[in-house]
Amino acid sequence: MSPTAELVKRTVERHGTQRESLLPILQDIVKAQHYLTDEAMVEVANLLDLSAAEVYGTASFYTFLDLKPRGENIIRICKTITCYMKGKDEIIKAIEDRLKIKLGETTSDGKFSFLAANCIGWCHEGPAMLINDKVYTKLTPKKAIDAINEYYD
Amino acid sequence: MVNLKINDIPVTVEPGSTVLEAAQSIGMKVPTLCHHKDLCIAGNCRVCLVEVKNNRTLQASCAMPVYDGMEVSTNTLKVRNARKMVIELLLSEHRSDCTKCYKNGNCELQDLANEYRIEERSLIDISVEKSVDRSSPAIEKDDSKCIRCQRCVRTCAELQKISALTVAHKGEEMKIETFMDLPLYDVVCTNCGQCVNRCPTGALTERNYIEEVWEAIDNPNKHVIVQTAPAVRIALGEELGFEPGARVTGKMVTALKRLGFDSVLDTDFTADLTIMEEGTELLTRLKKALVDKEEVALPMFTSCSPGWVKFIEHEYGDLTDHLSTCKSPQQMFGALAKTYFPEKRGIDAKDIVSVSIMPCTAKKYEAKRPEMKDSGYQDVDIVLTTRELARMIKQAGYDFMALPEGKCDSLLGVSSGAAVIFGATGGVMEAALRTAYEIVTGREVPFENLNILPVRGMEGVREATIKIEGCVPDWNFLEGVELKVAIAHGLKNADQIMKQLAAGESPYHFVEIMACPGGCLGGGGQPIPTDLETRMKRAAAIYEEDENLPIRKSHENPEITQVYADFLETPLGHKSHELLHTHYTKRKKN
Amino acid sequence: MVMDREEKVKKLNEHKEKVNQIFQPINFCEILDKTIQMNPEEIISEVTESGLRGRGGAGFPTGLKWKFASEQDSDVKYIIANADEGEPGTFKDRQILEEQAEKMFVGMALCARAIGAKEGFIYLRAEYNYLKPDLEARLEKFHGCLKDKGLEFAISIRSGSGAYVCGEETSLIESMEGKRGEPRNKPPYPISNGYLGQPTVVNNVETLVYTAMIIHMGHEQFKALGTKDSRGAKVFSVSGDADVEGIYELELGMTIQEFVDLFGDGDTKAVQVGGSSGFCVPRKKFGETIIGFEGVPTGGSMMLFNSSRSMYHVLHNYLEFFCEESCGQCTPCRVGSQQLLKGIEAIKKGDKPASYLEELKKLAETMRISSKCGLGQSIPNPFLSIVENFREEIIF
Repeated sequence: MSPTAELVKRTVERHGTQRESLLPILQDIVKAQHYLTDEAMVEVANLLDLSAAEVYGTASFYTFLDLKPRGENIIRICKTITCYMKGKDEIIKAIEDRLKIKLGETTSDGKFSFLAANCIGWCHEGPAMLINDKVYTKLTPKKAIDAINEYYD
Repeated sequence: MVNLKINDIPVTVEPGSTVLEAAQSIGMKVPTLCHHKDLCIAGNCRVCLVEVKNNRTLQASCAMPVYDGMEVSTNTLKVRNARKMVIELLLSEHRSDCTKCYKNGNCELQDLANEYRIEERSLIDISVEKSVDRSSPAIEKDDSKCIRCQRCVRTCAELQKISALTVAHKGEEMKIETFMDLPLYDVVCTNCGQCVNRCPTGALTERNYIEEVWEAIDNPNKHVIVQTAPAVRIALGEELGFEPGARVTGKMVTALKRLGFDSVLDTDFTADLTIMEEGTELLTRLKKALVDKEEVALPMFTSCSPGWVKFIEHEYGDLTDHLSTCKSPQQMFGALAKTYFPEKRGIDAKDIVSVSIMPCTAKKYEAKRPEMKDSGYQDVDIVLTTRELARMIKQAGYDFMALPEGKCDSLLGVSSGAAVIFGATGGVMEAALRTAYEIVTGREVPFENLNILPVRGMEGVREATIKIEGCVPDWNFLEGVELKVAIAHGLKNADQIMKQLAAGESPYHFVEIMACPGGCLGGGGQPIPTDLETRMKRAAAIYEEDENLPIRKSHENPEITQVYADFLETPLGHKSHELLHTHYTKRKKN
Repeated sequence: MVMDREEKVKKLNEHKEKVNQIFQPINFCEILDKTIQMNPEEIISEVTESGLRGRGGAGFPTGLKWKFASEQDSDVKYIIANADEGEPGTFKDRQILEEQAEKMFVGMALCARAIGAKEGFIYLRAEYNYLKPDLEARLEKFHGCLKDKGLEFAISIRSGSGAYVCGEETSLIESMEGKRGEPRNKPPYPISNGYLGQPTVVNNVETLVYTAMIIHMGHEQFKALGTKDSRGAKVFSVSGDADVEGIYELELGMTIQEFVDLFGDGDTKAVQVGGSSGFCVPRKKFGETIIGFEGVPTGGSMMLFNSSRSMYHVLHNYLEFFCEESCGQCTPCRVGSQQLLKGIEAIKKGDKPASYLEELKKLAETMRISSKCGLGQSIPNPFLSIVENFREEIIF
């Protein structure tokens, strides 16, 4: 069995095969593999007795269930107006310069994907961003870069 | 009962009815788009909005349940303006090139825009670039025309249980896609075309081959043969001015001759042939099981529905042994059309172009299956749907309704009533029983006028048990056997039967499966729109055709006797195996 | 009259003294004791008498919701805490969950007892995943407490996956059922046909906390605050061009002027009440507009804009948000949101005349009455309020 098939099997065993388990299953797979591969979705479909299209259709609805290959760490910078007012564009530029990619892209070493997100709930301490599940607020260009550098240690 | 008022008119309906149903019960028309009688309620397009007293917002009448004392207005200025705006929004999302569109004249969006006099497009055009998926030989998908009513998704999920199509993404990116937006050819689509039948616009249509046929007809060096399926002759009329249920067989034959086909023949002939081959195959399997006590794949399933065949290849790939090895009538015809026919007629087989008119879109895929070349050429060259034929007749300028009755050419042109009922769900079963029973007992089936009513009807899954008694000596191993048969139509019902089999609990000996609800008469290539009422009318027409034919049983067809005498020798003989039988491909479930 | 910083802080402390309900530390086990002593009718009566209305933005009377659910004939019922706080400018539920999660658990237990549910869920948005470990730890303790008291009720956490529309109750339920978060046709409502077809109450985090406080201190104390139509207090999340930003629990019924005096930076041109899907109130209407259900309702989001801000840019940001977050099912919202966005862009660029704005306003009004769910029905709120009050900024 391929590593993906193993992962899916374990995940399905943990959550069950009923339809209500689909989102927890997909979330766990994304956590492990950073995005949903075709293979993973097909395996889930087979085990839950769904069509691959149904799994894909459900997954593609949710922003955090990435279907495009993503890096090990995902940066999501808030683009709500209040974060913009506090200087998010400057932060974006700083990150783009640091990682040598544009917003929406993944670094060639696969370490980071840099994406925009809608309100992450830190409007009074903007600009704010998530790296994976960790939140960074009151960003300055320096703070943002320091945060990223942590992941390279 | 629930009492409400629609436009001040009192209405009484069953509790649980929707406002739309209540309106329809008094003959009041409310426009709809995403609503379809065969499918679950969606309530998405918002075309069917009505005003309900005391509601702040307008309500979708297709989804709103009635309550006592409800007051509904379907035609206030507020409602008409909202409807108009909704249609304008849909038009802004839809790439209109009506003059080039296959559905021009039969498009629900066009009809609505006309009805509401959308004269000027005041909104901004946000339709996507033209991007047509032509990977499948059967179905064409043009996302730029999609209005996201989701009828196709619901059809594929609810009626056909395949779910090859899904709604993907959200917001402005939301659209109808296959798994990972792969080409249709590369996913589990069975080509049944039920989605095409229900698409209100030209987003889903069949792959079109009309020009190729015109070219072939125009080529003096080619001998163009055409075969027509049973279900075409009782539905073609709907496209050409007749009501559903009109039998237009004679006119259809004349039209085909006038279009320029060199030989107008009949799929029904090979339907009779299929009965001979498949009936023998069933009896052989039963003998193996009961006499030789060998492991045999029972129940045996019919194999003439290519949508069903692809379904079982994907979903139950380990159980394809249960399929009859018989080709479909279309393909048996194709093989004979380039061997037996040219031999008898003194034509060079390479000059034959074999065209079929089918109520089906999956037949377009079937004709191109790599194994369908037993004649040494591609057995069936081009498949047209009933709709495409109607278009050709219109293009040629004939007044179809005024055409005289015509008769098929011979060799592959005579058929029985048993053959024509192939077009209805239960028809293949009935035809098979009429022959098999007589072979085994020497007597006709014990049903009045040969009409085996228990296998007819529109319920999704039907069963019957026939006790075999008084066998002729050759067949007395079947004495006392209770032959259990089942019939299913619509892939959701096929799936039910297969699940039972996969669990080792199938009680049947022989099962007929048609991919399309209603059988072929409800096929993906039939006139649009479709609903249960229309399908029932077509079914009635088919049984009427059967009753009015001089020959009612496949084995009494003289051309069948002839083809065995002059060419095939015997059912399941060497030549039959070469030309009339096939094998299947195990495919991935997802 | 805008106060200086010192005055503001003094005033805010006064408010806190008067109101502090959500964030004051309470022994939640005490409230549970009280819960067991009350029967379902008593609980519902207390909550109803208090006049509490949903704090997520929709404002449905909580007591009534619980009453309807309790009347449903079913062995299986559910209470779901809606922690899918996605409205831009709203961050109060996050803080409540960080600091006072137990009160929410109690609120859920109260509801469970009132309606006859044995299972509860917290639908926690993916963006708040970092709260999960702590919540789980607290839940474990809470379950221990329930067990000691013999209460048959268990709560589990379900994560969202990044979809604003899942804050709508039927969309949330669809998501929990493993499907796309597409809002359902209503009726039927979740109270009769909810999660897995069973009667379900979906309440906002803050609402549930208030129910716990109402049972704890009695409905009179809650009712004493606020106005006749907007009883009680509410937690606000303040951001933007504000001197003082953050989470504040205030009485409902303030005017926007009073609010701006407290929070503004002295140059407030507009206040967006209720997030992207709320109303933009211009300076000239501050005095006459009440923050509450009788004026401009809000789930708590308050964004302040000073005169340096372009309201075109603000509106553009909101419309982009809706174009992305609309579930896409229904025509008015899916296509309408795109038309509004492209429309104002075209007017700005000069591709369409200023009069095209009237066409867009008609479209917005249609969206309000024809969209399938609250998301589409609310897009006209920011659109019309900004376009009507800041017309020049949109056109020029």
